[in-house]
Amino acid sequence: MSTPDPGRVARPGPGERRDWPLWEVFVRARRGLSHVHVGSLHAPDATLALRNARDVYTRRQEGVSVWVVPASAITASSPDEKDPFFAPAGDKAYRHPTFYDVPDGVRQL
Amino acid sequence: MPETAELAERFEATLAADQRIEPRDWMPEGYRTTLIRQIAQHAHSEVIGMQPEGNWISRAPSLKRKAILVAKVQDEAGHGLYLYSAAETLGVSRAELTDLLHDGQQKYSSIFNYPTLTWADVGAIGWLVDGAAITNQIPLCRCSYGPYARAMVRVCKEESFHQRQGYEILYTLSHGSSRQKAMAQDALDRWYWPSLMMFGPPDAESTHSARSMAWRIKRLSNDELRQRFVDMIVPQAEALGLTLPDPQLTWNAERGHYDHGPIDWEEFTRVLRGHGPCNAARMEHKRRAHAEGAWVRDAAVAYAAKRSVEAVSVA
Ligand SMILES: [Fe+2]
Ligand SMILES: [Fe+2]
Repeated sequence: MSTPDPGRVARPGPGERRDWPLWEVFVRARRGLSHVHVGSLHAPDATLALRNARDVYTRRQEGVSVWVVPASAITASSPDEKDPFFAPAGDKAYRHPTFYDVPDGVRQL
Repeated sequence: MPETAELAERFEATLAADQRIEPRDWMPEGYRTTLIRQIAQHAHSEVIGMQPEGNWISRAPSLKRKAILVAKVQDEAGHGLYLYSAAETLGVSRAELTDLLHDGQQKYSSIFNYPTLTWADVGAIGWLVDGAAITNQIPLCRCSYGPYARAMVRVCKEESFHQRQGYEILYTLSHGSSRQKAMAQDALDRWYWPSLMMFGPPDAESTHSARSMAWRIKRLSNDELRQRFVDMIVPQAEALGLTLPDPQLTWNAERGHYDHGPIDWEEFTRVLRGHGPCNAARMEHKRRAHAEGAWVRDAAVAYAAKRSVEAVSVA
């Protein structure tokens, strides 16, 4: 690694930002559906992020609407997907219809 | 924060339940580095893989074939992007991965170090190279790492057109004039063995396979995948009226599979080590294209910065 190779691309110094900012991409597949996360891309600004998203994620009419969101603007629940944050929902089976007994013969309930 | 042992247990339990690992989950360092290496190599292959076919865009025999080839090559660029995007969820940057490729520290599939000498090669690549890639990628749709598996689902949806357009090119040639048929056969003669090598060394010699299988990154072994591929292409070659250049290729009724002849693993190693016909040209082209695009990337950043200053001063 120490011998300089003129064929190699010069690297910027440490701390210098190399990539364009990261954007998360959400696509609405068709009317009536929500936007769904499909992946990410890099772009210098929102306009180009949208254009790149169209080219990368909708080459086959996969969407009728695209959102791009700076990845840095997303706040997530916690560093771990399995999380006590969701524990409060765990012991409330009575929120689901299957919790309740329905007498035999009673319909449309 | 739970102890490492507890986190590791949770990780193993997630795998055992055949659930996906997501980016912010705890994962063993080896799992992370294995995935980064594999996804990056996969991404690099999609990107470098544009070169052999790109070579024929300007010389495609008709406007229709040209439009198809442009769309196919553009898809490969897209596949590279899906995969870089998946790799970045593991905490590496795109720029780092690009550097590692340019410095020769990360690899791409050896298949792209062979030249595309005639138009029939475009057909052979679509049928065999994309066909082998699909065989490899279908089980990866169930890979334990969520972002990689999801990228593979997108990729697989797009690949089937690649394989069909290649097959159609070869079918047209093999049912054309005797010279066209000879051209198709010649392409098949050159691409058959390298495409079998795409699945990697035999299971007995594959260094990382067992661990990747345990982590459910890999679902089927190299030899199993190769067998699937051979079983798929034999009848397809018959329909083309072309001969696979493998005199030992025979149906084994006992196994219910085709047996193929021995693969020249020395050639594989030679090409992998950089001594294939096009290794130097592929890397030279890639580095040059990246360097020549630098001003575009810089200009876009400068323009974005100027626009955001204007936006602030208006507000
Ligand atoms: Fe691809
Ligand atoms: Fe492809």
